[in-house]
Amino acid sequence: MIAARHALSAPRIEALLDELLEVEFTFRQTADAAARLATLDADTQHFMIDWIKRVASTNLELGYQVACRAVAALDAMPRQMIEEWALRAMDVYDRKGLRPALLVIEGLDAFASEQRARARGAVLERCEGVLQGVLHGLSGRALKVEAAARIYTDSEKIFLPQLLAQLPSEAENFSLYKVSAVFQWARTRFGGFSALRRAGVLEGEATPGLLALFHRLEGLRLEGILSRELPGLYRELTLLGRNPAVAVEPPSQWAPWRSRLMEAGVSADDVLALARRQLGRLHGWRAPLYYGEPDREALRACMEARIEREKGRFRVALAEIQSELRGDHPRGAPLRFGQRPVGERGDPQEAQIEILLDDQPLALPPEVQRTLGSIIQDLDALPQEYLSAAGAGEYDAEREGEERCAGESVWSGTYHEEGASLYPEWDYRRKHYRKEWCAMREIDVEPVHDGFAEQTLVKYGGLVKHLRKSFEALRDEERLLRRQPHGDGVDIDALVEALAEMRLGREMSDRLFTRMHRSERNIAAAFMVDMSGSTKGWINDAEREALVLLCEALESLGDRYAIYGFSSNTRKRCELFRIKRFDEPYGAGVRARISGIRPRDYTRMGFAIRHLTRLLNETDARTRILITLSDGKPDDYDNYRGVYGIEDTRRALIEARRARVHPYCITIDELARDYLPHLYGPAAYTVLNEVSALPLKVSDIYRRLTS
Amino acid sequence: MEAKTIHIDEYIITREPFYQSTGDEIAIFEAAYANHLPVLLKGPTGCGKTRFMEYMAWRLRRPLITVSCHDDLTASDLVGRYLVRGGETVWIDGPLTQAVRAGGICYLDEVVEARKDTMVVIHPLADDRRVLPIEKLGTLVEAPAEFCLSISYNPGYQSVLKDLKQSTRQRFVALEFDYPGPGPGLEAEIVAAESGLEREMAARLVQFAGMTRNLKGGGLEEGASTRLLVHAAKLIASGVSPVSACRGAIAQALTDDPEMLAAVNELSASLF
Ligand SMILES: Nc1ncnc2c1ncn2[C@@H]1O[C@H](COP(=O)(O)OP(=O)(O)OP(=O)(O)O)[C@@H](O)[C@H]1O
Ligand SMILES: [Mg+2]
Repeated sequence: MIAARHALSAPRIEALLDELLEVEFTFRQTADAAARLATLDADTQHFMIDWIKRVASTNLELGYQVACRAVAALDAMPRQMIEEWALRAMDVYDRKGLRPALLVIEGLDAFASEQRARARGAVLERCEGVLQGVLHGLSGRALKVEAAARIYTDSEKIFLPQLLAQLPSEAENFSLYKVSAVFQWARTRFGGFSALRRAGVLEGEATPGLLALFHRLEGLRLEGILSRELPGLYRELTLLGRNPAVAVEPPSQWAPWRSRLMEAGVSADDVLALARRQLGRLHGWRAPLYYGEPDREALRACMEARIEREKGRFRVALAEIQSELRGDHPRGAPLRFGQRPVGERGDPQEAQIEILLDDQPLALPPEVQRTLGSIIQDLDALPQEYLSAAGAGEYDAEREGEERCAGESVWSGTYHEEGASLYPEWDYRRKHYRKEWCAMREIDVEPVHDGFAEQTLVKYGGLVKHLRKSFEALRDEERLLRRQPHGDGVDIDALVEALAEMRLGREMSDRLFTRMHRSERNIAAAFMVDMSGSTKGWINDAEREALVLLCEALESLGDRYAIYGFSSNTRKRCELFRIKRFDEPYGAGVRARISGIRPRDYTRMGFAIRHLTRLLNETDARTRILITLSDGKPDDYDNYRGVYGIEDTRRALIEARRARVHPYCITIDELARDYLPHLYGPAAYTVLNEVSALPLKVSDIYRRLTS
Repeated sequence: MEAKTIHIDEYIITREPFYQSTGDEIAIFEAAYANHLPVLLKGPTGCGKTRFMEYMAWRLRRPLITVSCHDDLTASDLVGRYLVRGGETVWIDGPLTQAVRAGGICYLDEVVEARKDTMVVIHPLADDRRVLPIEKLGTLVEAPAEFCLSISYNPGYQSVLKDLKQSTRQRFVALEFDYPGPGPGLEAEIVAAESGLEREMAARLVQFAGMTRNLKGGGLEEGASTRLLVHAAKLIASGVSPVSACRGAIAQALTDDPEMLAAVNELSASLF
């Protein structure tokens, strides 16, 4: 370690850097960097060298480049910003590789000025949650906020820049985000896109400039709508519009159109007709920033895909309704679905359609109602062919299409993160998290109906009985409270005493009753079961037996519990296998899934702990326990071994405890005494010497833990 | 907690409560009442279930006895118990027993909150026997024709523990309640009538409620109820600015999550 008090000489620093950067094998030139670092005071040297070391732990070249720029960085930025610069570079390295990361290091001036802009600007990352909430609250199709270089929408996502710093304060920049997001929402909501699609404008730019002009004119119409629908927002928009960085007044030739378009009752079709007429005549207005920019191709592709998808989905939904209603007579004639408009009070925006079945209104499930709303948003009506329920063949095709994106099959193609939850991982050398590092999926265990659970119950018959009994004893205990002012029974002792008191002329107590009081167990437990390859054979059998017995015991106890298996194959394939969810009753399905537990790949633990902690926190239990059954150390193929794996697991457990989850570990790894105390603390684990003890012990330990 | 004998007459509602009907619930309730069938009111919090019961009690000219159920409510709390008074034990009827004897309407609010064993005592009352067994007295009280049992239940809380048992729910005629929403302006009517706020502003509030209801499941556990709208409307009617009224009476009541609070407040700021 470096002694903090004394500044180091250039040769000392050079030697240090040579070691950190493994110069022996890479022939990097560290003399210059060392000479420059030698000019710094001791504390600054220490700071910089520490960061060089952290970055080098991720990648040597990256560390070397930081070393070369150390002094320049100190000139350009305060320390905290340097830390962010180094972390950003490592982050980019994680996601995109060395080249882009080097660009971050090289672009340190750009980084510094961006950071300064961030200080007064609004950052999407920070306002995304609020913007997303605002968009959800507004009516219509659910829209998702995503980062992009420009402001636009493809009618499902609203793209906004990472940073808005046009305006002098964070609050104003946030307001610009909000107005831009709501404006894009209005573009999807008030018929502009469906008009463009109907008129074929999205198919190709037959008339150059038409879309761009429409985009601006439509913006004026939307301003009018917003002024009526969301007057508060419109006030904000006008305020922003006064700033020339956001908007400039249109030239005078636009003025008459502007006031006309802002009136109520103008439709998107009117706007399109106007755009055609005025094309080539109206020009020279830079649209306000919050108008966004049109992206014809993105919009077209998104709309076509959705229309296709929702048509299928809607017809499948009708087929499902049909088969449900028919029940026992699946082969009858298809049901006759119809529709009828239910527009209220001449408000075209709220025009809705009611689906009829044999001329009677049909209540659609909410998700189908949403699909219907989205269809009408695109097509302005429900085409008649949508009303024929999907036939069996189409039905399956549709199902398959939906499932293609879920679960296992995503891995057959190239890796992508769709549908996965991303979890961070702790890199102990970096002393920092790697963001969105693990792609985690929940997958159902393939059930195996082979009578495994039943055999286990027979095998351990006597024990099961014992377990049930001892667990039942723990059940919500009814405690008898004595000397209560009111209650269900008479407390004879108290009564006798009171009568005696009364005879003596004293005042008689009124606390003469007994009352049952229930001290409620309010516990949720998640069991995290090792499904790594090393459990193959009798460990796997013992685990499965243990789970069968555990379920029996827990059922008699009434605690909420969930069981998940975990396994991984690099950070891109972290899997939690659902065996039993919290809200799922124990039954044949769960038993078959226990039976179906099979050894898989490696033992990455952090993601599993993090995800189960999240699930535990979604329960409203007062006490939450996370119990891991494992046979060894954390370990995975891509460097998740040794200290790295242990430290990430430890970190995940610390996070869990912070979230008020109690972790506990049961393991059969005899070497576990070396590392478990470091992970779980001295009293929160059990090492079993024999695999065969597992089935007997797990329930027993659970009982001890919770009584 | 001092138990006292209640005078059943106090429970007769003499002035017509304001109730805005939103469907055929009044007719169905009356038919169920005429046929001695118990009624289950389903619906989210603050959508007018209690108000509906008050209205029906007034309409049918019966006393209304309401019991708010909680997880410590025992069968004795409903049926009655012995108390000691001046050296003697006296039996005191619980609210359910009183309602049965007086031929009133007994309304058990949020019935799933009660302990499971409590539910069992209402079973014989809720089927065609229509009797209330009082174990401690060893008697059976037979319900007169005027007696009516109704319970309420909020299906929105999707806790496994708090579900109504089939054997209970299948004894009742169910009436479904929901927030009327912006549609034909019923909810705005209610808000305006309850608060004295003018119609247009009331309609804006209902629009705002719709936004929070869109957020249900996407960050909010529940959208704004009619009750909260009435609260906000009353604040506005007495001079509070709409944005502040929504913040205080609605947003803060819905969530503590800072991000959701900010989103809800941004929505109300957009609207007014
Ligand atoms: N249909 C209605 N007619 C008149 N007022 C109504 C109606 N619906 C709701 N309200 C208003 O909403 C308030 C709350 O209604 P109420 O107390 O009946 O709700 P609730 O359904 O019983 O709620 P909870 O389940 O929380 O007890 C009432 O005080 C009244 O102001
Ligand atoms: Mg109520």
